[in-house]
Parts: sequence; structure tokens; C-alpha cells
Amino acid sequence: MAEFALPANSKIGTGETYKAPGGAKNIKLFKVYRWTPDDGKNPSVDTYEVDMDTCGPMVLDALIKIKNEMDSSLTFRRSCREGVCGSCAMNIDGTNTLACTKYISDVKGDIKIYPLPHMPVVRDLVPDLNVPYAQLTSIEPWLKTSTQPPTRERLQSPEERAKLDGLWECILCFCCSTSCPSYWWNGERYLGPAILLQAYRWLADSRDEAKGERLDQLEDPFRLYRCHTIMNCTKTCPKHLNPAKAIAEIKKMMVERTI
Amino acid sequence: MSVANRPVHRPLSPHLQVYKPQLTSMLSILHRATGMALSVGALYLVVWVVFASASPRTYAMFQSFNVSILGRIFLGGWLFCAFYHLCNGIRHLFWDMGYGFELKDAYRSGWIVVAVSLAATIVSWIVGLRLA
Repeated sequence: MAEFALPANSKIGTGETYKAPGGAKNIKLFKVYRWTPDDGKNPSVDTYEVDMDTCGPMVLDALIKIKNEMDSSLTFRRSCREGVCGSCAMNIDGTNTLACTKYISDVKGDIKIYPLPHMPVVRDLVPDLNVPYAQLTSIEPWLKTSTQPPTRERLQSPEERAKLDGLWECILCFCCSTSCPSYWWNGERYLGPAILLQAYRWLADSRDEAKGERLDQLEDPFRLYRCHTIMNCTKTCPKHLNPAKAIAEIKKMMVERTI
Repeated sequence: MSVANRPVHRPLSPHLQVYKPQLTSMLSILHRATGMALSVGALYLVVWVVFASASPRTYAMFQSFNVSILGRIFLGGWLFCAFYHLCNGIRHLFWDMGYGFELKDAYRSGWIVVAVSLAATIVSWIVGLRLA
């Protein structure tokens, strides 16, 4: 049964406020989820007054500024700062997105930042992604063939290649999976939109020869069919991909192979 | 045991508590809620039949509830549930065929479902009153 409330150890208290340095005129409040395994306390939300006149335009710029200048203990993942690596995925202003491609100016009022929803927290904004990674492994995301390898590349027509557009661009940030209520309630058995989009990326590949085997693996009340077409995934994807559509295509393949 | 190896009871990050309600998820949960309401309403039909078969007096009792404010809210709500569940069910059939997955199409179809089910509720209520 789905647990709608947060467990006792996850309830969020109020935290500290970090003032902007004196003289700052253009201040924006950042309310950031904090939790550390070190002190045995519950999570809290700390407030940082950030001087916008000396801050870059993106939410990630503000987080880095906070870490550099106000509170070095703030912990988050980041790497490419240009929407390619997927590290800085978090819940900003109520929806999941990448901190590096989210404009501060797009948020009205205070900026609330939480880790990706319904995940175990390693520290602050860093969620434990071991389950989704294991789920990715389970769909065997690589080209599988049974025929003799050709003497050159396995060729694709431009039309066959075009079927992979909108799929290969996924950066596995898990914004979609952690926006999905179905994944919240059944995350250990339902694969979730990110992984199912990956599964479809291989099902749709003209060079792959394990289609039946892949579909057999997905034919399960939980792995695939916990998708109820809520579409939070497509709504939130920072790369503007469409996991809901990819999942629907898998469901169609399931039907098509029985008729 | 070193600090690094100590077992950690990780908190669960907030979900429903922080995620912004949006048309996608709200219509989905409404679909489920209306589905459950329809099941309860089906029981109400059974109760209706039981009261009707018992005696004219019990039937009159039941009818007096139906025309009360509470009864009207109940029946009107049930009517909306029926229309919403029907319309959104048709939306789901299109999705099952692979259509309407672009975000703007999903939003458009969502609003259409809301509008049509509200309109159908009001129209059938008015028609019902005329026939009565």
C-alpha cells in the first residue's frame, strides 16, 4: 500500500537562515533541503539570502555561490553545467529539472529546492540512485544480436535511424522517474519512465535482434504496466523528450505481437 | 565501527508534499477517484432497489433523501463522476492507440474532458428535471 505521508525520520523541520553580506540590494531567498547523516537529526530547510547582483542566471550558479561564499557544507551533484550530464537533477519550484538549465528568473518568489522526490537521501540534495541504476542494468541497454557479425558496421537506413531520435538524447537524470507518482508508490517493481524509455530505445533499434526477449522481460504487471499515462514524466523532462509516448509504443508492441 | 561504515537510516525525500499539482497528475488521480466513486454509487443503486421492493413507504423515504440538498449533491456528484470517467476513459483509449502524447495535445484533451464532462452533467441534470 502506498505510503502518502513522510516517515517519522523524514519529516522536515525549519533550519537556519544565512544572511546576505551587508550592502546587497537585490536579494533572492533560496530555501534548500538539508540533511546530513552525521548528527542524527531530521531533515530541515535552510534559507540563504543570495545577492542576485553578483550571481549568475541559473539555479546552479546560485547553489555554487552559496557553497563558495556562504555555507561550504551544502552538498549537491553537478558537473557539466550545460544540461548534458544530468548530475544536477533536483526538485526546483515544485518540479524536477536540471539546476544548470533552470533560470532563476523563471521562478516567482522564493526558490525552493529539494532532492529528487521519493528517494533515499545520501546528503542534502544528493539522492541515492542505486535502484534506478540497477533497473537500467536489468533491461540490458546494449545492442544484442544473434546473427553472424557483418564484415563492416551494421547499417541503418536514415528512416530507421530517425526512429531513435527523441530516445538517444536521454541523459538519465531521472527527473521523469522521480516525478511519477506510480514510481513513487511502486519504485522497486515498476521500472519507471526513464528506464522504459531506454528499453524502447533498444526495442526501436533496427539493428537489435533481441526484440522478443526484451518484450518478454517487460511483460509483467509491475515492470511495464504500472504506467497509467499520468504524463508527469513528459511534463517535467528537461530535455523535452517524451517517455510517456515511448512507454505507449512498448505497450503497442506487446499487443501487436499477439495479433 | 567507523563513521563511514555505520548503518544509515536515510530519510525519504519529500514527494506529494513538494511536487507542484499540475493537470497531468490531477486528472489522473481524478480518474481513479471517480472510478471509486462510481463503485460506491453502484451500491447506492442496489440500496435503491432494496428500498423500492420493500414497501411504498420505504421507497418514499428513499426518494425524500434523493430530493434533499445532500441527496442532490450526492447524485449530481455521481453524475459528474460517470461523465468524467467516461470521457477520460475515451482519452485513455486514444493514448492506448498511441495518439495524443505531445504535451500540448495532452493538455488540450485534458481540458476538453473537463469541459465536456461538466457540460454533460449540467445538461443531463436540466433534461432530467424537465422529464420529471
